[in-house]
Amino acid sequence: MEVSSSLRHLRSVREFVVQHARQAHFPEDAIDECRLAVCEACTNVIEHAYQGQPGRLVKVSVAVGPDRLSVRITDNGKAFDRSTYFEPEIRRLARERRSGGLGVHIIRRLMDRVEYRSRDGKNEIRMVKYRP
Amino acid sequence: MSNFSVAFTRQGSIRVLSLTGELDAHTATEFEKAIERCKTNGEFSIVVDGEHLAYISSAGLGVFMAFIEEIRSEGGDIKIAALQDRVYNVFDLLGFPILFEIVGTVEEATRLFATGPQ
Repeated sequence: MEVSSSLRHLRSVREFVVQHARQAHFPEDAIDECRLAVCEACTNVIEHAYQGQPGRLVKVSVAVGPDRLSVRITDNGKAFDRSTYFEPEIRRLARERRSGGLGVHIIRRLMDRVEYRSRDGKNEIRMVKYRP
Repeated sequence: MSNFSVAFTRQGSIRVLSLTGELDAHTATEFEKAIERCKTNGEFSIVVDGEHLAYISSAGLGVFMAFIEEIRSEGGDIKIAALQDRVYNVFDLLGFPILFEIVGTVEEATRLFATGPQ
């Protein structure tokens, strides 16, 4: 599916993931985890890659095979800089009254494989969840 | 149309915020406004009722994280009650139970305020 870079589309992206995973009889707990990981990844694209700029394109594709659910999300915004990522420590984030910094951690915790690629102005995140 | 709402009720001196729907980066501003409204009214003893909260992402958790120090510095707290299992799992994934009291019912959460500091 393709959506424009607005946070109000997050719900339809989640529904898209759930619909495909249910059709393939993926277990409900694993569907919950994929739904959250994809929502976090799309939020990061909209807020960070596109820096909140509306009207840009976010592409989400889902493939469910016998042993796995694979998701690919692409954008043409600013590439994710992995060097800025740090493992969040919530006591410290709360002390600093910060609300962000949790999404990438959630993705890494919930998905079995996560890969970021950037080439020729196009960024891609690929995530895999194996069928439990 | 937003698929998230916050209802304001009160149990004695405690403000209860009942969340309904899906709390994500799009709807988190509604929840922020609700906490801001509590602050403006001088209400720092807050119970968040999650019985009808169907979904939360990190943006929703971030609202709890951003306000908790300030609320506690005013002598209050945010206690969390009645979360559905699938929503509790997200709080747990990020270690929120070490920072927040999360209990089974709103009544239990309000009693915690009556029994003093956590």
